[in-house]
Amino acid sequence: MRYDTLIIGAGMSGLAAGIRLAQFGRRVAILERHYLWGGLNSFYKRAGRRFDTGLHALTNYVPPRTSGAPLTRILRQLRIPYDALALAPQGFSESAFRVGGDLPRLRFGNDFELMRSEVARLFPSETARFDGLVRALPGYDDVAASDGSTSARATLEQLIVDPLLREMLLLPLCYYGSPREHDLTWTEFGVLFRSIFLEGLARPEGGVKHLLDLLVARYRGLGGELRMRCGVRRILITDGRAHGVVLDDGTQLECEQILSCAGWPETLGLCADAAPRGLAASVGRLSFVESISVLDREPASLGIDSTITFFNDGEHFEYARPAGPADLRSGVICCPNNYASATPLREGLLRVTVLANHERWAALDEQAYRAEKQAVFGSVVDAAERFVPSVRAHTVYSDTFTPRTVEHFTGHRGGAVYGSPDKRGDASTGVLGLYLCGTDQGLVGIVGALLSGITVANKYALVAQ
Amino acid sequence: MTNEEIKLAVLDIIATIAPDEDLSHIEPELKLREQIELDSMDFLDIVMELRKRYGVQVPETEYMQLATLQGCVDYLGPKLHDKQLKTSPARA
Repeated sequence: MRYDTLIIGAGMSGLAAGIRLAQFGRRVAILERHYLWGGLNSFYKRAGRRFDTGLHALTNYVPPRTSGAPLTRILRQLRIPYDALALAPQGFSESAFRVGGDLPRLRFGNDFELMRSEVARLFPSETARFDGLVRALPGYDDVAASDGSTSARATLEQLIVDPLLREMLLLPLCYYGSPREHDLTWTEFGVLFRSIFLEGLARPEGGVKHLLDLLVARYRGLGGELRMRCGVRRILITDGRAHGVVLDDGTQLECEQILSCAGWPETLGLCADAAPRGLAASVGRLSFVESISVLDREPASLGIDSTITFFNDGEHFEYARPAGPADLRSGVICCPNNYASATPLREGLLRVTVLANHERWAALDEQAYRAEKQAVFGSVVDAAERFVPSVRAHTVYSDTFTPRTVEHFTGHRGGAVYGSPDKRGDASTGVLGLYLCGTDQGLVGIVGALLSGITVANKYALVAQ
Repeated sequence: MTNEEIKLAVLDIIATIAPDEDLSHIEPELKLREQIELDSMDFLDIVMELRKRYGVQVPETEYMQLATLQGCVDYLGPKLHDKQLKTSPARA
């Protein structure tokens, strides 16, 4: 049988694209190498507990029936009711910097007035300039037209005078979505600022699995085919046009077109000798280590009130691949218990994420890898304790994942969570009938990935056919 | 389909795409997107549903013919006159 569309990867973008196509009767199959779906936002089980990977927060939170917002537009396109997501909004989050003996904390929440008042409290002379920054932000619709060459840091320097405020704004936005070291593009800054500061953060009740269950049920209910443990070894290309794939087991599948969510350098790798030449597709240099502590009580009872704490030691924040296995100067502390869930989580949970060097982890043999994981877990917890109260005495279980874990389960080279710095905004690959969606099309995060899957499916598989 | 049935067919499609919108007071001569929240992605869905339900093809250059409910009736009339009205089953 010949498919209309084959989708490589059952991450958020692949599932969203699949739903769009199955919804209109297309013969579509999603091919996923792993035995679980979700890609960079998935889950795993250890010792009877389920842990999320990726998702600290769903960005772009807006109340139901908000018109024209990315979240509500996506749900409408996928025909998933807003209430089905069961979103628990954050309490508040913060960007916290240790500068000399001071520890300024810039709080923000799902009401933007909190952030404005915090800027006025910490940086009274910047109040008007901060409002000017918000007015100058690029919009969501500017993504497609962006050439990606304007630096967010350079633009911020023209708009905000106090360097500490600039750093406090960049820290959360880099950690939640920048694929490039030291900076983001001005367009990426605008998208992330809107999705995190102007809109907000929430968590689906039950975590990422709940969202994935909704997507998979919707896709299968529409007759979409989802093949697990079904890796693509190669994309078949004849005369510059993609027409099928070869699977890991040697099976060939034919199709009219392919949407690849595998990432840009990874997709070129699948094209092998037929890959178009002269297109930049560097592997992203940014990956993360995450230490998860399971607690015997609510983190709030230990004095941890924030939902997400982005932290940095010093007045300058360096967003780059560290020389060592992990960079302990900055990071993200996520406390899923501090979302306003209708059903409280079964146990206390604290997740601490820091920048990591993929090569350092990849080079270790199995024994050294396990030892390094253990050692880094301890240092990451130490790092977090400089910004939130200690949870050590109440930790009943812990686990750590590394850039190696990310690469192994997602297939993203270098464990690059935000993909390649070389984005393909128009989804084209230089091969006819082969289009990118997901992280390397340019939109990151769960909502970004879903929107990418929808827009690429609409443009190349629905309108064009 | 009669003209009234074409209106019902279009409104039923919009109700499927945008279940939160109140469609009880749509003025046929006014633009749909001025009366309810519909963006270009939603118009694509109207076109895709017309194709799925009735086999009607609307080229991208003619999407603007569907801007008002009356426009839908005028444009779709010749394409739908020999088709039966199909409404979506109640959605869960």
